[in-house]
Amino acid sequence: MSLWILLAAALAVAIVVVVALPFLREPAPVSDTLHELDPAERRLLEAEEARDRALAALQELEADHRAKRISDEDYRAVVGSLRRDAAEALRALDRLGRGGTSDAEAKID
Amino acid sequence: MAEFGRAALLLTFGLAAYALVGGGYAAWRGRRRLAHSARNALIASFFSTLVAALVLVAGFLRDDFSLAYVAGHSSRALPTPYKLSAFWGGQEGSLLLWLLVLTGYSALAVWLARKRARDLVVWVTPVLAGIALGFTWLLVAVSSPFDVIAAPADGSGLNPSLQNPYMVVHPVALYLGYVGLAVPFAFAMGALLSGRTDERWIVATRRWTIVAWTALGIGQLLGAHWAYVEVGWGGYYAWDPVENAALMPWLAATAFLHSVMIQEKRGMLRVWNVTLVSLAFCLSLFGTFLTRSGVVTSIHSFTKSSIGPWFLGFIVVAVVFAVGMIWLRLPQLRTTAKLESLVSREAAFLYNNLLLVALCLTILWGTAWPMVSEAVRGETMVVGRPYFDFFLRIFGLPLLLLMGIGPLVAWRRASLRGLTRTFAWPAAVALATGVVLIALGAGSSTPGLVAYTFSAFVLATIVHEFARGTSARRALTGEPVPTAFGRLIGRNRRRYGGYVVHASIVLLAIGIAGSSAYDSVTEGRLTRGQSLSVGGYTLTYRSLGEREAANATEVRALLDVRRGGKDLGTIQAGKNAYSVEQQVSNEVGIRTDYLTGEDLFVIAEQVDDNGAVFFRIFVKPLVNLIWLAGLVFLLGSVITLWPDAREERRLATREARAGARSDTPATT
Repeated sequence: MSLWILLAAALAVAIVVVVALPFLREPAPVSDTLHELDPAERRLLEAEEARDRALAALQELEADHRAKRISDEDYRAVVGSLRRDAAEALRALDRLGRGGTSDAEAKID
Repeated sequence: MAEFGRAALLLTFGLAAYALVGGGYAAWRGRRRLAHSARNALIASFFSTLVAALVLVAGFLRDDFSLAYVAGHSSRALPTPYKLSAFWGGQEGSLLLWLLVLTGYSALAVWLARKRARDLVVWVTPVLAGIALGFTWLLVAVSSPFDVIAAPADGSGLNPSLQNPYMVVHPVALYLGYVGLAVPFAFAMGALLSGRTDERWIVATRRWTIVAWTALGIGQLLGAHWAYVEVGWGGYYAWDPVENAALMPWLAATAFLHSVMIQEKRGMLRVWNVTLVSLAFCLSLFGTFLTRSGVVTSIHSFTKSSIGPWFLGFIVVAVVFAVGMIWLRLPQLRTTAKLESLVSREAAFLYNNLLLVALCLTILWGTAWPMVSEAVRGETMVVGRPYFDFFLRIFGLPLLLLMGIGPLVAWRRASLRGLTRTFAWPAAVALATGVVLIALGAGSSTPGLVAYTFSAFVLATIVHEFARGTSARRALTGEPVPTAFGRLIGRNRRRYGGYVVHASIVLLAIGIAGSSAYDSVTEGRLTRGQSLSVGGYTLTYRSLGEREAANATEVRALLDVRRGGKDLGTIQAGKNAYSVEQQVSNEVGIRTDYLTGEDLFVIAEQVDDNGAVFFRIFVKPLVNLIWLAGLVFLLGSVITLWPDAREERRLATREARAGARSDTPATT
């Protein structure tokens, strides 16, 4: 029985060390604050998501049209608005100071 | 040894409580070291739970009957594999398995997401810790697997129906599914708590959801096969409350996996997605509650217990928390994107969602009705198979059809002329299939005929998709067909993996329709030399034998099988009498025709003292497609799950460009 208690105590000590590790490694850190995105970074991330979404939609439409999954008529009906969305997303990124890549712009062209 | 197990569980309790309170405070006040310490506590809780689980396993392997749980679920004669599966043969062990899987998933989830979604993880940690704390509380204070008694000479043994190889893997797969749904739920709640309602929580949990969904699906199929070969009533799914309890979260998760694509592609349905993921998780808790509380009569409710009220309280807390968070963040979850047309891919996915949720809720109503009726009227009323079968047809058949339509409709809007062209070939195949089936006599069951026709339509769209995609790729790259086919899948794993999963659902539908709408059955009491005929087979009862196995007396009736004048050999069916458990089980005989997927299924219902046997014999066409569907489903899931390096790079670049920076050494 004493062996099991000894093992339980060893387990408890090991666990306390693991849990306390961040404090043991940095007893007096310069900063103990979690980084959070500021409003500008958040807007930028949302704009990047919108750009990726628009470009992915455009790419998928092109692939579907190439594979004849989508008729010419349906393709023409949608491609304009998708291109406008992608261009708008890139402009939004430009306004935030981080333009889309030339690769992305080439896809729209 | 019991002390060690108890101590390990107490440590888990302390770690979960610390991760909940400390992690919650750290996330609220932005304390970096405390947040990492809480994350470490959550990870450590897996190891302390693992120690507790290993102690219990050792108890079973050593026949340590001083542990009440081991004494109640094992015996010296029990074969070793079943001593291991006896771990989850009762309530306490099942709860410990739940906790082990939960802490394992939690440790892995927060560790893998610590860089990509670090501001979410600080909120995810206390949510996962809260769930773990609930389960640890049950194990520490209400229903401990480490209670000790004066050791009896032998244990009471394991329920005979659990002494089956499927019971070694089925519960584990099911729990991997149930518990896995906690991860996307925790990330969704983490996103709401942190106010980060963008799509990162979806990206971070996409694979977790598919893993849980796959495990739940495979777990259910394994359970169905267990019921088929072991329970011995001639079927594989009985709309048993506990079976329904696993089906409901799977349906909700299926809806989520589809609707999440609309959010990714169009930025729509944000409220719907967090609602669905919460529904799936709460239904998984409800499933565990049904299995373990004993509130409903089920072949799976092996024990009745006092944890019901605790569990119900736990579910109420989860529901109130989820609803409260969604309500609180409604303004941030609203989106400006609108459905542009009722004929579009997002509209098709929306119809699919409505049908899946409607099916899920009707099953929930039918399953909960005994409890509701008892609470309201004071008497338990049960809805039978016709209720569930009716709604399965009403919602399931349109769902089957939508599986073929949805992936081929354009996003945003599609013209009817374009659709007519796209679906002309699959529709022709479906029509031809329907005509041929009617000519072959399949018109005897309208739902069966509709299911087969729709299945033909979906299969045709899938084959067409693979052929068209390969052809387009060849035209673009000049690659040979096998290379173009392989790269087509490799470059778009989610899409083509999804098609493979759809193919598995079609196989499932064909198997279910064949074995339930077109099966044959006969029964009768035979003495030696007498025969029964069914579905073209003639079975002649030849002899009755008895032998002593390690833990049971096995009685087997031997029957000759003939079909169309051809001798097909013999089949055995009988009963096992378990001496320690003092129970008798049906041991069915199954003869599979691998060419047609048909089973001849024999049950020896009653063995008389004079050697006469009452047999029930089924012929189940295409039933083996159901089990084949499981393998195809697994293949499709693996294709979908396989990491896509290009997508990983894109997400990493987006994170880096958005300015998210490391705020800590990653190893702490």
